Amino acid sequence: MDTQSALSLILSGDPALFAILRLSLVVTLSATLLGGLVGLPLGAIVALTRFPGRAGVVVTLNGLMGLPPVVVGLLVFLAFSRSGPLGSLGLLFTPQAMIIAQAVLITPIISALTRQVIEDLWAEYRDEFTAMDVRPWPRMQALLWDARFALVTILLAGFGRAAAEVGAVMIVGGNIDGFTRVMTTSIALETSKGNLPLAIGLGMVLIGIILAVNAIAWSLRLWSARHAG
Amino acid sequence: MRDKRDGAVANQTWQPARADIAEITAVDDNGLEPKIAGTPSVLVLNGIVVCAGATTLLDRVTLHIRAGAPTAVVGPNGSGKTTLLRLAMGLVTPTAGTLRVDPAKRAIVFQKPVMLRRTVADNVAFALRAARQSADREAVSTLLAVVGLVALADRPARQLSGGEQQRLGIARALARRPQLLLLDEATASLDPAQTNIIEDLIGAIARSGVKVVFATHDRGQARRLAGDIVFLVRGRVNAHAPVDTFFTTPPTEAAKRFLSSDLVL
Repeated sequence: MDTQSALSLILSGDPALFAILRLSLVVTLSATLLGGLVGLPLGAIVALTRFPGRAGVVVTLNGLMGLPPVVVGLLVFLAFSRSGPLGSLGLLFTPQAMIIAQAVLITPIISALTRQVIEDLWAEYRDEFTAMDVRPWPRMQALLWDARFALVTILLAGFGRAAAEVGAVMIVGGNIDGFTRVMTTSIALETSKGNLPLAIGLGMVLIGIILAVNAIAWSLRLWSARHAG
Repeated sequence: MRDKRDGAVANQTWQPARADIAEITAVDDNGLEPKIAGTPSVLVLNGIVVCAGATTLLDRVTLHIRAGAPTAVVGPNGSGKTTLLRLAMGLVTPTAGTLRVDPAKRAIVFQKPVMLRRTVADNVAFALRAARQSADREAVSTLLAVVGLVALADRPARQLSGGEQQRLGIARALARRPQLLLLDEATASLDPAQTNIIEDLIGAIARSGVKVVFATHDRGQARRLAGDIVFLVRGRVNAHAPVDTFFTTPPTEAAKRFLSSDLVL
Protein backbone atom coordinates (compact mmCIF):
# COMPACT_ATOMS: atom_id res chain seq x y z
CA MET A 1 0.00 0.00 0.00
CA ASP A 2 2.83 2.38 0.85
CA THR A 3 4.39 1.74 -2.52
CA GLN A 4 1.11 2.51 -4.30
CA SER A 5 0.78 5.76 -2.34
CA ALA A 6 4.36 6.63 -3.22
CA LEU A 7 3.74 6.02 -6.90
CA SER A 8 0.64 8.19 -6.84
CA LEU A 9 2.69 10.98 -5.22
CA ILE A 10 5.22 10.75 -8.04
CA LEU A 11 2.69 10.41 -10.84
CA SER A 12 0.47 13.20 -9.54
CA GLY A 13 3.45 15.57 -9.51
CA ASP A 14 3.22 16.26 -5.77
CA PRO A 15 4.61 19.82 -5.35
CA ALA A 16 6.37 19.06 -2.05
CA LEU A 17 8.10 16.02 -3.51
CA PHE A 18 9.19 17.83 -6.64
CA ALA A 19 10.42 20.88 -4.70
CA ILE A 20 12.63 18.55 -2.70
CA LEU A 21 13.76 16.82 -5.87
CA ARG A 22 14.58 20.14 -7.58
CA LEU A 23 16.64 21.42 -4.63
CA SER A 24 18.44 18.08 -4.36
CA LEU A 25 19.47 18.21 -7.99
CA VAL A 26 20.56 21.85 -7.79
CA VAL A 27 22.69 21.20 -4.70
CA THR A 28 24.23 17.98 -5.95
CA LEU A 29 24.89 19.18 -9.50
CA SER A 30 26.47 22.39 -8.14
CA ALA A 31 28.62 20.39 -5.73
CA THR A 32 29.69 18.06 -8.55
CA LEU A 33 30.59 21.04 -10.73
CA LEU A 34 32.59 22.63 -7.90
CA GLY A 35 34.25 19.32 -7.03
CA GLY A 36 35.14 18.79 -10.70
CA LEU A 37 36.59 22.28 -11.09
CA VAL A 38 38.93 21.64 -8.16
CA GLY A 39 39.36 17.86 -8.27
CA LEU A 40 40.11 17.31 -11.97
CA PRO A 41 43.05 19.74 -12.25
CA LEU A 42 44.28 18.82 -8.77
CA GLY A 43 44.35 15.13 -9.69
CA ALA A 44 46.06 15.87 -13.01
CA ILE A 45 48.69 18.08 -11.35
CA VAL A 46 49.49 15.43 -8.75
CA ALA A 47 49.68 12.80 -11.50
CA LEU A 48 52.04 14.78 -13.71
CA THR A 49 54.33 16.52 -11.25
CA ARG A 50 57.01 15.34 -8.90
CA PHE A 51 57.62 17.27 -5.70
CA PRO A 52 58.75 16.54 -2.15
CA GLY A 53 55.91 15.02 -0.16
CA ARG A 54 54.01 13.87 -3.25
CA ALA A 55 53.59 10.38 -1.83
CA GLY A 56 51.98 11.91 1.25
CA VAL A 57 49.58 13.91 -0.92
CA VAL A 58 48.63 10.78 -2.87
CA VAL A 59 48.03 8.78 0.31
CA THR A 60 46.02 11.65 1.80
CA LEU A 61 43.84 12.01 -1.30
CA ASN A 62 43.22 8.29 -1.41
CA GLY A 63 42.45 8.22 2.29
CA LEU A 64 40.04 11.16 2.04
CA MET A 65 37.93 9.19 -0.43
CA GLY A 66 36.50 7.46 2.62
CA LEU A 67 35.83 10.70 4.48
CA PRO A 68 32.73 10.24 6.68
CA PRO A 69 29.99 12.69 5.60
CA VAL A 70 29.13 13.58 9.19
CA VAL A 71 32.74 14.62 9.79
CA VAL A 72 32.66 16.79 6.68
CA GLY A 73 29.37 18.24 7.88
CA LEU A 74 30.88 18.96 11.28
CA LEU A 75 33.96 20.66 9.80
CA VAL A 76 31.89 22.80 7.44
CA PHE A 77 29.50 23.57 10.30
CA LEU A 78 32.40 24.74 12.47
CA ALA A 79 33.83 26.80 9.62
CA PHE A 80 30.54 28.57 8.90
CA SER A 81 29.19 28.84 12.45
CA ARG A 82 29.04 32.34 13.93
CA SER A 83 32.31 31.90 15.80
CA GLY A 84 33.96 30.09 12.92
CA PRO A 85 36.49 31.58 10.47
CA LEU A 86 33.84 31.93 7.75
CA GLY A 87 30.94 32.74 10.06
CA SER A 88 30.65 36.30 8.74
CA LEU A 89 29.47 34.93 5.38
CA GLY A 90 26.22 33.80 6.99
CA LEU A 91 26.00 30.64 4.92
CA LEU A 92 25.12 28.14 7.63
CA PHE A 93 21.74 26.45 7.05
CA THR A 94 21.60 27.56 3.44
CA PRO A 95 21.78 25.52 0.20
CA GLN A 96 25.18 27.13 -0.44
CA ALA A 97 26.59 25.54 2.72
CA MET A 98 25.15 22.20 1.59
CA ILE A 99 26.84 22.60 -1.80
CA ILE A 100 30.15 23.35 -0.12
CA ALA A 101 29.82 20.38 2.22
CA GLN A 102 29.05 18.00 -0.63
CA ALA A 103 31.87 19.48 -2.72
CA VAL A 104 34.32 18.96 0.15
CA LEU A 105 33.09 15.39 0.41
CA ILE A 106 33.52 14.49 -3.26
CA THR A 107 36.56 16.56 -4.26
CA PRO A 108 39.01 14.00 -2.82
CA ILE A 109 37.15 11.23 -4.66
CA ILE A 110 37.32 13.10 -7.96
CA SER A 111 40.96 14.14 -7.53
CA ALA A 112 42.19 10.73 -6.35
CA LEU A 113 40.48 8.87 -9.20
CA THR A 114 41.60 11.53 -11.70
CA ARG A 115 45.18 11.16 -10.52
CA GLN A 116 45.04 7.43 -11.10
CA VAL A 117 43.46 7.76 -14.56
CA ILE A 118 45.86 10.49 -15.71
CA GLU A 119 48.88 8.69 -14.27
CA ASP A 120 47.95 5.50 -16.16
CA LEU A 121 47.37 7.45 -19.37
CA TRP A 122 50.64 9.32 -18.90
CA ALA A 123 52.49 6.01 -18.63
CA GLU A 124 51.06 5.18 -22.05
CA TYR A 125 51.73 8.62 -23.60
CA ARG A 126 55.03 9.55 -21.93
CA ASP A 127 57.44 8.52 -24.67
CA GLU A 128 55.25 9.90 -27.44
CA PHE A 129 54.76 13.26 -25.75
CA THR A 130 58.41 13.50 -24.75
CA ALA A 131 59.42 12.78 -28.35
CA MET A 132 56.95 15.40 -29.58
CA ASP A 133 58.34 17.84 -27.01
CA VAL A 134 54.86 18.63 -25.68
CA ARG A 135 55.05 21.32 -23.01
CA PRO A 136 53.54 20.81 -19.54
CA TRP A 137 50.32 22.80 -19.94
CA PRO A 138 49.31 21.37 -23.36
CA ARG A 139 50.32 17.98 -22.00
CA MET A 140 47.89 18.25 -19.12
CA GLN A 141 45.14 19.56 -21.38
CA ALA A 142 45.68 16.71 -23.84
CA LEU A 143 45.68 14.07 -21.14
CA LEU A 144 42.51 15.45 -19.56
CA TRP A 145 40.87 15.55 -22.98
CA ASP A 146 41.93 12.05 -23.94
CA ALA A 147 40.75 10.76 -20.58
CA ARG A 148 37.45 12.61 -20.93
CA PHE A 149 35.20 9.58 -20.92
CA ALA A 150 36.82 8.10 -17.84
CA LEU A 151 36.68 11.52 -16.19
CA VAL A 152 32.98 11.88 -16.92
CA THR A 153 32.48 8.53 -15.23
CA ILE A 154 34.44 9.83 -12.26
CA LEU A 155 32.26 12.94 -12.11
CA LEU A 156 29.19 10.72 -12.22
CA ALA A 157 30.61 8.69 -9.35
CA GLY A 158 31.09 11.95 -7.44
CA PHE A 159 27.53 12.93 -8.29
CA GLY A 160 26.24 9.61 -7.02
CA ARG A 161 28.18 9.92 -3.80
CA ALA A 162 26.91 13.46 -3.21
CA ALA A 163 23.32 12.57 -4.08
CA ALA A 164 23.29 9.65 -1.67
CA GLU A 165 24.84 11.29 1.37
CA VAL A 166 22.74 12.56 4.27
CA GLY A 167 25.00 13.35 7.20
CA ALA A 168 26.77 16.45 5.91
CA VAL A 169 23.75 18.21 4.42
CA MET A 170 21.71 17.42 7.51
CA ILE A 171 24.28 19.14 9.75
CA VAL A 172 25.02 22.23 7.62
CA GLY A 173 21.59 22.58 5.99
CA GLY A 174 19.42 21.86 8.97
CA ASN A 175 16.73 20.09 6.89
CA ILE A 176 14.56 23.23 6.86
CA ASP A 177 11.26 22.59 5.11
CA GLY A 178 11.06 24.35 1.77
CA PHE A 179 14.57 25.77 2.06
CA THR A 180 17.25 23.16 2.73
CA ARG A 181 15.31 19.93 2.68
CA VAL A 182 16.65 17.47 0.14
CA MET A 183 15.79 13.89 -0.74
CA THR A 184 18.06 12.09 1.69
CA THR A 185 17.25 14.28 4.68
CA SER A 186 13.55 14.06 3.82
CA ILE A 187 13.67 10.28 3.67
CA ALA A 188 15.29 10.18 7.10
CA LEU A 189 12.78 12.65 8.53
CA GLU A 190 9.63 11.16 6.96
CA THR A 191 10.64 7.67 8.00
CA SER A 192 11.09 8.80 11.61
CA LYS A 193 7.66 10.45 11.43
CA GLY A 194 6.07 7.33 9.99
CA ASN A 195 5.18 9.05 6.71
CA LEU A 196 6.31 6.11 4.68
CA PRO A 197 4.64 6.95 1.30
CA LEU A 198 6.67 10.15 0.89
CA ALA A 199 9.82 8.44 2.17
CA ILE A 200 9.33 5.56 -0.25
CA GLY A 201 8.49 7.94 -3.11
CA LEU A 202 11.66 9.91 -2.49
CA GLY A 203 13.62 6.72 -2.19
CA MET A 204 12.31 5.51 -5.54
CA VAL A 205 13.20 8.79 -7.18
CA LEU A 206 16.67 8.71 -5.61
CA ILE A 207 17.26 5.18 -6.86
CA GLY A 208 15.93 6.23 -10.26
CA ILE A 209 18.40 9.09 -10.43
CA ILE A 210 21.29 6.85 -9.45
CA LEU A 211 20.26 4.30 -12.10
CA ALA A 212 19.95 7.08 -14.66
CA VAL A 213 23.43 8.30 -13.76
CA ASN A 214 24.82 4.82 -14.30
CA ALA A 215 22.92 4.49 -17.56
CA ILE A 216 24.47 7.75 -18.74
CA ALA A 217 27.94 6.50 -17.78
CA TRP A 218 27.38 3.24 -19.64
CA SER A 219 26.06 5.04 -22.71
CA LEU A 220 29.07 7.33 -22.70
CA ARG A 221 31.38 4.34 -22.65
CA LEU A 222 29.60 2.81 -25.63
CA TRP A 223 29.56 6.09 -27.50
CA SER A 224 33.24 6.71 -26.84
CA ALA A 225 34.16 3.23 -28.04
CA ARG A 226 32.26 3.84 -31.26
CA HIS A 227 33.23 7.42 -32.03
CA ALA A 228 36.56 8.16 -30.41
CA GLY A 229 38.36 4.85 -30.31
CA MET B 1 55.97 6.14 -55.71
CA ARG B 2 52.93 3.95 -55.15
CA ASP B 3 49.65 5.58 -56.14
CA LYS B 4 46.72 3.58 -54.88
CA ARG B 5 43.37 5.09 -54.03
CA ASP B 6 43.09 4.41 -50.33
CA GLY B 7 46.47 3.33 -49.10
CA ALA B 8 48.34 5.58 -51.45
CA VAL B 9 51.33 7.62 -50.56
CA ALA B 10 50.68 10.80 -52.46
CA ASN B 11 53.35 12.36 -54.58
CA GLN B 12 53.71 15.50 -52.54
CA THR B 13 56.49 17.99 -52.48
CA TRP B 14 57.59 18.16 -48.90
CA GLN B 15 60.71 19.85 -47.72
CA PRO B 16 62.24 19.13 -44.36
CA ALA B 17 63.94 21.83 -42.41
CA ARG B 18 67.70 21.65 -42.60
CA ALA B 19 69.97 22.25 -39.69
CA ASP B 20 73.60 23.05 -39.65
CA ILE B 21 75.50 20.29 -37.96
CA ALA B 22 79.22 20.45 -38.10
CA GLU B 23 80.90 17.53 -39.74
CA ILE B 24 82.51 15.18 -37.33
CA THR B 25 86.08 14.54 -38.33
CA ALA B 26 87.03 12.16 -35.58
CA VAL B 27 87.48 8.67 -36.95
CA ASP B 28 86.13 5.68 -35.13
CA ASP B 29 89.03 3.67 -33.81
CA ASN B 30 87.47 0.26 -33.90
CA GLY B 31 87.29 -0.12 -37.64
CA LEU B 32 83.51 -0.24 -37.63
CA GLU B 33 82.97 3.08 -39.34
CA PRO B 34 82.03 2.81 -43.01
CA LYS B 35 84.11 5.11 -45.13
CA ILE B 36 81.72 7.69 -46.51
CA ALA B 37 84.06 10.61 -46.70
CA GLY B 38 82.78 14.16 -46.84
CA THR B 39 79.30 13.39 -45.59
CA PRO B 40 78.19 15.21 -42.46
CA SER B 41 77.25 13.16 -39.41
CA VAL B 42 73.74 13.66 -38.09
CA LEU B 43 74.16 11.33 -35.14
CA VAL B 44 77.35 10.61 -33.28
CA LEU B 45 77.68 8.17 -30.39
CA ASN B 46 81.01 7.97 -28.66
CA GLY B 47 81.66 5.23 -26.12
CA ILE B 48 77.99 5.09 -25.15
CA VAL B 49 77.06 2.81 -22.27
CA VAL B 50 73.45 2.38 -21.18
CA CYS B 51 72.67 0.33 -18.10
CA ALA B 52 69.35 -0.61 -16.55
CA GLY B 53 70.15 -1.87 -13.10
CA ALA B 54 72.71 -4.60 -13.45
CA THR B 55 71.93 -5.11 -17.15
CA THR B 56 74.03 -3.41 -19.79
CA LEU B 57 71.78 -2.52 -22.71
CA LEU B 58 74.39 -0.73 -24.79
CA ASP B 59 78.08 -1.38 -24.26
CA ARG B 60 80.67 1.16 -25.43
CA VAL B 61 78.86 1.97 -28.64
CA THR B 62 80.68 4.29 -30.99
CA LEU B 63 78.87 5.22 -34.18
CA HIS B 64 78.87 7.99 -36.73
CA ILE B 65 75.58 8.03 -38.59
CA ARG B 66 75.97 10.18 -41.66
CA ALA B 67 73.45 12.00 -43.84
CA GLY B 68 72.32 10.22 -46.96
CA ALA B 69 70.65 6.89 -47.56
CA PRO B 70 68.82 5.26 -44.65
CA THR B 71 70.74 3.35 -42.00
CA ALA B 72 69.30 0.03 -40.88
CA VAL B 73 69.93 -1.16 -37.34
CA VAL B 74 69.70 -4.94 -37.27
CA GLY B 75 70.43 -7.61 -34.75
CA PRO B 76 68.81 -10.36 -32.75
CA ASN B 77 66.18 -9.73 -30.09
CA GLY B 78 67.62 -7.94 -27.08
CA SER B 79 70.64 -6.71 -29.00
CA GLY B 80 69.87 -3.07 -28.16
CA LYS B 81 68.22 -1.80 -31.35
CA THR B 82 65.31 -0.08 -29.62
CA THR B 83 67.57 1.25 -26.86
CA LEU B 84 69.85 2.74 -29.50
CA LEU B 85 66.97 4.56 -31.18
CA ARG B 86 65.50 5.71 -27.87
CA LEU B 87 68.93 6.98 -26.87
CA ALA B 88 69.22 8.90 -30.13
CA MET B 89 65.79 10.42 -29.43
CA GLY B 90 66.80 11.47 -25.92
CA LEU B 91 64.40 9.07 -24.23
CA VAL B 92 67.23 7.16 -22.60
CA THR B 93 70.06 8.73 -20.66
CA PRO B 94 73.48 7.21 -21.26
CA THR B 95 75.34 5.88 -18.26
CA ALA B 96 78.61 6.84 -19.94
CA GLY B 97 79.79 8.26 -23.23
CA THR B 98 78.69 11.18 -25.34
CA LEU B 99 75.85 11.64 -27.79
CA ARG B 100 75.80 14.32 -30.44
CA VAL B 101 72.57 15.07 -32.25
CA ASP B 102 70.48 18.17 -32.91
CA PRO B 103 67.58 17.70 -30.46
CA ALA B 104 65.31 20.07 -32.35
CA LYS B 105 65.65 18.18 -35.61
CA ARG B 106 65.00 14.60 -34.62
CA ALA B 107 61.79 12.61 -34.46
CA ILE B 108 60.84 9.04 -33.75
CA VAL B 109 58.07 6.65 -34.76
CA PHE B 110 57.56 3.85 -32.29
CA GLN B 111 56.73 0.27 -33.16
CA LYS B 112 53.22 0.90 -31.87
CA PRO B 113 52.58 4.65 -31.99
CA VAL B 114 50.14 5.88 -29.37
CA MET B 115 47.09 7.29 -31.10
CA LEU B 116 45.55 10.25 -29.32
CA ARG B 117 41.80 9.86 -28.77
CA ARG B 118 40.83 12.27 -31.51
CA THR B 119 40.60 12.32 -35.28
CA VAL B 120 43.49 11.67 -37.64
CA ALA B 121 43.63 15.36 -38.58
CA ASP B 122 43.57 16.41 -34.93
CA ASN B 123 46.46 14.05 -34.18
CA VAL B 124 48.54 15.80 -36.82
CA ALA B 125 47.41 19.23 -35.66
CA PHE B 126 48.47 18.34 -32.12
CA ALA B 127 51.92 17.29 -33.33
CA LEU B 128 52.25 20.50 -35.35
CA ARG B 129 51.35 22.64 -32.35
CA ALA B 130 53.79 20.70 -30.15
CA ALA B 131 56.46 21.44 -32.77
CA ARG B 132 55.55 25.14 -32.63
CA GLN B 133 54.38 25.00 -36.24
CA SER B 134 51.24 26.34 -37.80
CA ALA B 135 48.46 23.77 -37.35
CA ASP B 136 46.05 25.20 -39.88
CA ARG B 137 44.03 23.03 -42.25
CA GLU B 138 46.55 23.38 -45.07
CA ALA B 139 49.51 22.31 -42.94
CA VAL B 140 47.58 19.31 -41.65
CA SER B 141 46.41 18.35 -45.16
CA THR B 142 49.94 18.60 -46.53
CA LEU B 143 51.28 16.12 -43.98
CA LEU B 144 48.31 13.79 -44.41
CA ALA B 145 48.85 13.86 -48.17
CA VAL B 146 52.49 12.89 -47.69
CA VAL B 147 51.44 9.72 -45.88
CA GLY B 148 48.31 9.12 -47.95
CA LEU B 149 45.74 9.61 -45.19
CA VAL B 150 43.77 12.59 -46.50
CA ALA B 151 40.68 10.46 -47.06
CA LEU B 152 40.77 9.34 -43.43
CA ALA B 153 41.32 12.80 -41.92
CA ASP B 154 38.06 12.80 -39.97
CA ARG B 155 38.21 9.23 -38.75
CA PRO B 156 39.07 8.53 -35.08
CA ALA B 157 42.76 7.66 -35.06
CA ARG B 158 42.27 4.61 -32.86
CA GLN B 159 40.03 3.06 -35.49
CA LEU B 160 42.80 3.01 -38.10
CA SER B 161 44.49 -0.22 -39.13
CA GLY B 162 48.02 -0.95 -37.94
CA GLY B 163 49.58 0.29 -41.18
CA GLU B 164 47.48 3.43 -41.20
CA GLN B 165 48.46 4.13 -37.60
CA GLN B 166 52.11 3.78 -38.56
CA ARG B 167 51.61 6.28 -41.37
CA LEU B 168 49.87 8.66 -38.99
CA GLY B 169 52.80 8.22 -36.60
CA ILE B 170 55.15 9.16 -39.44
CA ALA B 171 53.02 12.21 -40.30
CA ARG B 172 53.21 13.35 -36.66
CA ALA B 173 56.96 12.82 -36.67
CA LEU B 174 57.32 14.82 -39.88
CA ALA B 175 55.47 17.68 -38.17
CA ARG B 176 58.76 18.34 -36.37
CA ARG B 177 60.44 18.86 -39.75
CA PRO B 178 63.19 16.49 -38.67
CA GLN B 179 66.63 16.12 -40.13
CA LEU B 180 66.89 12.72 -38.44
CA LEU B 181 63.91 10.34 -38.43
CA LEU B 182 64.14 7.25 -36.23
CA LEU B 183 61.82 4.33 -36.95
CA ASP B 184 61.58 1.46 -34.50
CA GLU B 185 60.43 -1.63 -36.40
CA ALA B 186 57.82 0.39 -38.24
CA THR B 187 56.60 -2.57 -40.28
CA ALA B 188 56.62 -5.25 -37.61
CA SER B 189 53.28 -7.09 -37.64
CA LEU B 190 52.11 -5.38 -40.84
CA ASP B 191 50.94 -7.30 -43.89
CA PRO B 192 53.04 -7.17 -47.08
CA ALA B 193 50.84 -4.52 -48.73
CA GLN B 194 51.09 -2.16 -45.77
CA THR B 195 54.80 -2.93 -45.47
CA ASN B 196 55.28 -1.89 -49.10
CA ILE B 197 53.44 1.37 -48.49
CA ILE B 198 55.58 2.15 -45.45
CA GLU B 199 58.76 1.26 -47.33
CA ASP B 200 57.77 3.54 -50.21
CA LEU B 201 57.14 6.27 -47.67
CA ILE B 202 60.51 5.74 -46.00
CA GLY B 203 62.18 5.91 -49.39
CA ALA B 204 60.38 9.13 -50.29
CA ILE B 205 61.29 10.72 -46.96
CA ALA B 206 64.92 9.70 -47.37
CA ARG B 207 65.01 11.15 -50.89
CA SER B 208 63.65 14.44 -49.53
CA GLY B 209 66.86 14.83 -47.52
CA VAL B 210 65.83 13.43 -44.16
CA LYS B 211 68.25 10.94 -42.64
CA VAL B 212 66.26 7.83 -41.74
CA VAL B 213 67.58 5.37 -39.17
CA PHE B 214 65.35 2.34 -38.80
CA ALA B 215 65.50 -0.78 -36.67
CA THR B 216 64.25 -3.92 -38.35
CA HIS B 217 64.21 -7.68 -38.11
CA ASP B 218 63.52 -7.91 -41.82
CA ARG B 219 66.82 -8.48 -43.61
CA GLY B 220 65.13 -8.04 -46.97
CA GLN B 221 63.82 -4.69 -45.90
CA ALA B 222 67.25 -3.63 -44.68
CA ARG B 223 68.71 -4.59 -48.04
CA ARG B 224 65.97 -2.81 -50.00
CA LEU B 225 66.04 0.46 -48.08
CA ALA B 226 69.36 0.97 -46.36
CA GLY B 227 72.62 2.45 -47.50
CA ASP B 228 74.50 1.06 -44.53
CA ILE B 229 73.88 -1.49 -41.81
CA VAL B 230 74.60 -1.26 -38.11
CA PHE B 231 74.68 -4.78 -36.70
CA LEU B 232 74.22 -5.03 -32.94
CA VAL B 233 74.95 -8.05 -30.81
CA ARG B 234 74.37 -7.97 -27.06
CA GLY B 235 74.47 -4.20 -26.92
CA ARG B 236 77.65 -3.80 -28.91
CA VAL B 237 78.23 -2.72 -32.48
CA ASN B 238 79.46 -5.90 -34.09
CA ALA B 239 79.63 -4.43 -37.57
CA HIS B 240 78.85 -1.20 -39.39
CA ALA B 241 79.20 -1.51 -43.11
CA PRO B 242 77.72 -0.38 -46.42
CA VAL B 243 74.72 -2.50 -47.25
CA ASP B 244 76.33 -4.36 -50.18
CA THR B 245 79.40 -5.20 -48.16
CA PHE B 246 77.33 -6.38 -45.22
CA PHE B 247 75.23 -8.75 -47.30
CA THR B 248 77.83 -9.99 -49.80
CA THR B 249 80.92 -10.21 -47.61
CA PRO B 250 79.74 -10.07 -44.00
CA PRO B 251 82.51 -8.39 -42.03
CA THR B 252 82.23 -10.57 -38.91
CA GLU B 253 81.48 -14.16 -38.01
CA ALA B 254 78.42 -13.08 -36.06
CA ALA B 255 77.12 -11.19 -39.09
CA LYS B 256 77.66 -14.29 -41.23
CA ARG B 257 75.71 -16.41 -38.78
CA PHE B 258 72.98 -13.76 -38.54
CA LEU B 259 72.60 -13.66 -42.30
CA SER B 260 72.50 -17.42 -42.51
CA SER B 261 69.78 -17.42 -39.83
CA ASP B 262 71.97 -19.11 -37.25
CA LEU B 263 71.33 -18.16 -33.66
CA VAL B 264 73.57 -15.29 -32.59
CA LEU B 265 74.27 -15.33 -28.88
